[in-house]
Amino acid sequence: MKIIYDGSMDPKQVKAVLGSVIPDMAEKDPDFIYLDADLMSCIGTLKWGKANPERAIECGIAEANMIGVACGLAASGFKPLAHSFAPFASRRVFDQVFLSAAYAKNDITILGSDPGVTAALNGGTHMPFEDVALYRSIPTAIIFDPTDNVQLEDILRQSPDLPGVKYIRVGRKDMPKIYAEGSHFKPGEAVVVREGKDCTVVASGIMLGEALKAADALAAEGIFLEVIDPVSIKPLDKETIAASLKKTGCLVVAENHNKNGALYDAVLEVVAEYCPVPAAQVAVEDEFGEVGPQKYLQERFGLTAENIAAKVKKVIARK
Amino acid sequence: MDKKEAAALKIKAAKIRIAALTAFDSLGNGHVGGSLSICDALAVLYGREMKVDPKNPGWPDRDKLVTSKGHAGPGIYGALAVEGYFPYDELKTLNKPHTHLPSHTDRNLTTGVDMTTGSLGQGTSIACGMALGDRLKGRKNRIFLIVGDGECDEGQVWEAFAFAAAKKLSNLVVLIDMNKKQLDGRTDEVMPLGSLEDKMKVFGFNTQLVNGNDVEAMAQALENTRGGGDKPYAIIMDTIKGAGVKEVEETEMNHSIPVSHEQYARWKAELEAEIAGWEALL
Repeated sequence: MKIIYDGSMDPKQVKAVLGSVIPDMAEKDPDFIYLDADLMSCIGTLKWGKANPERAIECGIAEANMIGVACGLAASGFKPLAHSFAPFASRRVFDQVFLSAAYAKNDITILGSDPGVTAALNGGTHMPFEDVALYRSIPTAIIFDPTDNVQLEDILRQSPDLPGVKYIRVGRKDMPKIYAEGSHFKPGEAVVVREGKDCTVVASGIMLGEALKAADALAAEGIFLEVIDPVSIKPLDKETIAASLKKTGCLVVAENHNKNGALYDAVLEVVAEYCPVPAAQVAVEDEFGEVGPQKYLQERFGLTAENIAAKVKKVIARK
Repeated sequence: MDKKEAAALKIKAAKIRIAALTAFDSLGNGHVGGSLSICDALAVLYGREMKVDPKNPGWPDRDKLVTSKGHAGPGIYGALAVEGYFPYDELKTLNKPHTHLPSHTDRNLTTGVDMTTGSLGQGTSIACGMALGDRLKGRKNRIFLIVGDGECDEGQVWEAFAFAAAKKLSNLVVLIDMNKKQLDGRTDEVMPLGSLEDKMKVFGFNTQLVNGNDVEAMAQALENTRGGGDKPYAIIMDTIKGAGVKEVEETEMNHSIPVSHEQYARWKAELEAEIAGWEALL
């Protein structure tokens, strides 16, 4: 594990990662199988998928059926990965994922692209701020909100062999560079991306980059953040988070999700049980998404480094 | 089919009914109507059509049965007990704490149950995935899928049927239990779907409409699904909800009903008398 964050963005877009890694996974493992609901071209798998219709199962615009088919393929001995946009890979297929997959013990991976504000110009209908909360409520589900391309690729490659239902939510465009190539991650093992003494910030997905920007800005003011990448939201690495909170004495959680039932609530369970400290949240309020460029939406919903820094100062003041 | 084989299948169907009723009797109630309506199909599937081995229930190349109308679990348990998948006395544990026989079929609890179902519609897609997966694995088996006619209200059923035709899943045999009733009443009143036979044909299935409570007709219909080709198969089973037990057949609202010990004893005696009559033909 090597952290190479210097504020720069990865020149490779997420879509390019998905479009190369998924076919490669199929090539390396004959039991891996990919399903999509008429969105292959959105993650760069269409050309390969059309040439390999037995490895890339086109399911049409029928997400509920796609999840069921994935479950049947799992029962036949395959390791399926099913993709759709995050709202359709969560809300729309919730009962299928809950019963056909998790309850029935048909192990599948679900890739939900464009979660939260990364849905951007597709707007409020396509902008799930609730998908993590839904998946958290499914017993045994594992939830990833990758923070850069290196982590995404590592999680993708290990997901077929993890037990149960795995949900990976990721945008399709730009991510910061945070980890060196070859870094390896494990569900339930958080990474302390930056050590600090004044406040713990736990941030998932696109918010980890914002948290590191906030850490840089606050360092100039003599405030030092301990920034933690949870890697998996469920299971959550309670030990690493609790140890950090005991050191810093306060907490901010930042997530590209609404405030109900996702990373903040998961971390607060640790706070309440192990180390009560002042805490605050950077997340979408109890409201729906809307259309606009991602930068506008991050400002509109407060998902920014500036907001993280402001919340940090508030919780430090409450210590 | 000769008379002896037909009689043997009728006996098996009656034995499955008695077994299912044994489970209901132990509980005092249950999904009686939709369990009884499929017993003739189950007798033909387990007695003749399906390539299965009760001594090796995990055999990957076996034929598999998905009961998407999972509430017919007790009917399935009846068939599995008659076939020797588990001890007959386990039928008396239906829905009791720690049972292996829950109201809706569960592959993780019951030996011989191939898929977990219960949320209507979902078994159809899973069966499609199993048919596709087993074909991709090079297996020569088939997947049999029992769907309720009321269940066909669910949109997912039609997503799955479109998928089955698109992927040319000729190793999939869909058996629609057209017993013409659902929980709230007659299917034509609750949600009229028109002709299921026409729908399945239009969806691209090799389709047959048969008397689903006639073992000889069912045996022939299932024989007709062995041909492979590039289309999935559908058998619309015209059945009576509660078939085989006159008192249940004549109960209008018979989706889930109470079963007293007195009724059980009477129904069992009637079925045993039928069995004795058919045994005379053997």
